[in-house]
Amino acid sequence: MSLINLFRIALRALQRNKLRAFLTMLGIIIGVASVIAMVAIGQGSKKSIQDQLSSMGSNMITIRPNSNVAAGARLDFSSVQTLKEQDIIAIKKQAQYINGVSPAVTQRGQVISGNLNWKTTIQGVSPDFLSIRNWPLSSGISFTDADVKTADKVCLLGQTVVANLFTGGENPIGKVIRFNTIPFKVIGVLAQKGENAFGQDQDDIVLTPYSTVQKRITASIYFQNIYCSATDQANTDKAVDELTSILRTTHRLKASDEDDFTIRTQAELINTFSSTSELLTVLLGAIAGISLIVGGIGIMNIMYVSVTERTKEIGLRMSLGARGKDILMQFLVEAILISITGGLIGIALGITSSKLITVFLKWPTLVSQSSVTLSFLVCAVTGIFFGYYPAQKASRLDPIEALRYE
Amino acid sequence: MSKKILDITELKRNFRMGSEVVHALKGISFDVKEGEFLTIMGSSGSGKTTLLNILGCLDKPTEGTYMLDGVDVKSLSRDALAQLRNHKIGFVFQAYNLLPRTSAVENVELPLLYNSSISAKERRERAMHSLEAVKLADRMDHTPNQLSGGQQQRVAIARALVNHPVMILADEATGNLDSKTSYEIMALMQDLNAEGKTIVFVTHEPDIAAFSSRTIMLRDGRIVKDYFNENKKSAKEMLAAMPATDDY
Repeated sequence: MSLINLFRIALRALQRNKLRAFLTMLGIIIGVASVIAMVAIGQGSKKSIQDQLSSMGSNMITIRPNSNVAAGARLDFSSVQTLKEQDIIAIKKQAQYINGVSPAVTQRGQVISGNLNWKTTIQGVSPDFLSIRNWPLSSGISFTDADVKTADKVCLLGQTVVANLFTGGENPIGKVIRFNTIPFKVIGVLAQKGENAFGQDQDDIVLTPYSTVQKRITASIYFQNIYCSATDQANTDKAVDELTSILRTTHRLKASDEDDFTIRTQAELINTFSSTSELLTVLLGAIAGISLIVGGIGIMNIMYVSVTERTKEIGLRMSLGARGKDILMQFLVEAILISITGGLIGIALGITSSKLITVFLKWPTLVSQSSVTLSFLVCAVTGIFFGYYPAQKASRLDPIEALRYE
Repeated sequence: MSKKILDITELKRNFRMGSEVVHALKGISFDVKEGEFLTIMGSSGSGKTTLLNILGCLDKPTEGTYMLDGVDVKSLSRDALAQLRNHKIGFVFQAYNLLPRTSAVENVELPLLYNSSISAKERRERAMHSLEAVKLADRMDHTPNQLSGGQQQRVAIARALVNHPVMILADEATGNLDSKTSYEIMALMQDLNAEGKTIVFVTHEPDIAAFSSRTIMLRDGRIVKDYFNENKKSAKEMLAAMPATDDY
């Protein structure tokens, strides 16, 4: 029997029981729609975390001094001081995969402007810092290497600091603020960066040349961090290797010594967060997948009912010359038609509800091609799998008994 | 000498019911030639239904041979039997067995759906032609519930004719109909027979058997009588002779 006829017969059988066919489909519709929506939520949150992390500078590499043991007590990163000016010079000179280096020395303290003050963090960096962090200025200019050399008392303000010190909306550029007791001239304002992935306000910061912080505030020759940017995100691994060997040389470490520094890349961070949200995706997908199976069982149930109900019709068709195969195909096509129609409606519903979730709940969603394809394939297979047994039952009926069935 | 459509020799059919073996047919031999109108009569339990199932290629004999239009049925597989039914037999059932909510013409098309050598266009043409032959050309798009019992049975006969079978096999085809409508159906059968169709008609009503050219009586799984009707009645004349008061 031709496929067109099979579809026509199946379509007619479904039309005869529209409500029942729809309710059966509903299981598949909900299954597919939830797979797509759930995976979209998972993928969306993964994507948004990735975007956020790469907005911090996706090729950013952070070097920290290693934790150390002093007199039997393990000390944390900040108390260990191994990173110095000469590291910066060596990296600048030797590294091929690095196009920006900035040390960082940080101190917390009170900034004062007129009668307003605000507790914030001052970070001493080099002019490269802004490009490493992908952080443009919203107004004014940045300090230069010359300012670093002379330990100039100039600074760039983050938006949060501006909002707290210049409440009248006046232009902070050109104004002088004090950090503790030291006056700084404001030469630029940083663009809004927002919160980072950990919920910290990145705009609550004052940037100044690192030499200024070292000489006038911390009175130390060490850095807490060194930030580097790899020439390309793909080159981060090479850049890390390169940095390791440069730093080992400048720190005069023997081959048997452990590194006295730690190098971290954004990729590691991205991976950590991605794998978390990946897990979320898998969990949500699995729950949705279960509902798809339940939908499949619904199809099986209804197909069994349908076969029993139409025993007489099956007997008639067989007596008129239908082979077992023809009957099998008839019921199989019917089951597949239910599951595929349900699948298509489910896909439409899943995509629509993902969009609605984004619009109304402001949750990031990302409908992935693969989840659509996969859930459609799964529901087609569900139709075949769960439709096969009832169809086989129908095809094996004895025509004599089927004809006499009441 | 016309061709033998059916050729049955020493046909036996046993059923196993638990430990007992029931002999439904105990050795039957007869043949039917092309153009015959045979009625098979018998009371319940006579083996009528068993014989009918075998004649209709729905069941196979335990012993003996059954040749249908030169094909030995006993050796055939399930699928081959289905094909044989499709090509050579036109079934007419007591309960009409039309598909509900399906138009007359589509019901008639049904056997041709299982014959892949026939195109959709030819299928429709042949179905319409068949319905014309049973004088239902104006009822093609009606569904069974819009037709009377007699009309439904005529649709079923049209369905039996559509695949150009070598034999029409009717199982109590008038059992559900009143006598007037029964005569109409028998008149149609006689017309078809006159056109050369071979008809095997299973019934338990002697007045229906009177319309056929030959009658086989079964009792207890054996043939007890096999005779040619000397004075075959015409269903048309019977209809004409019916008192008008019957026609309410």
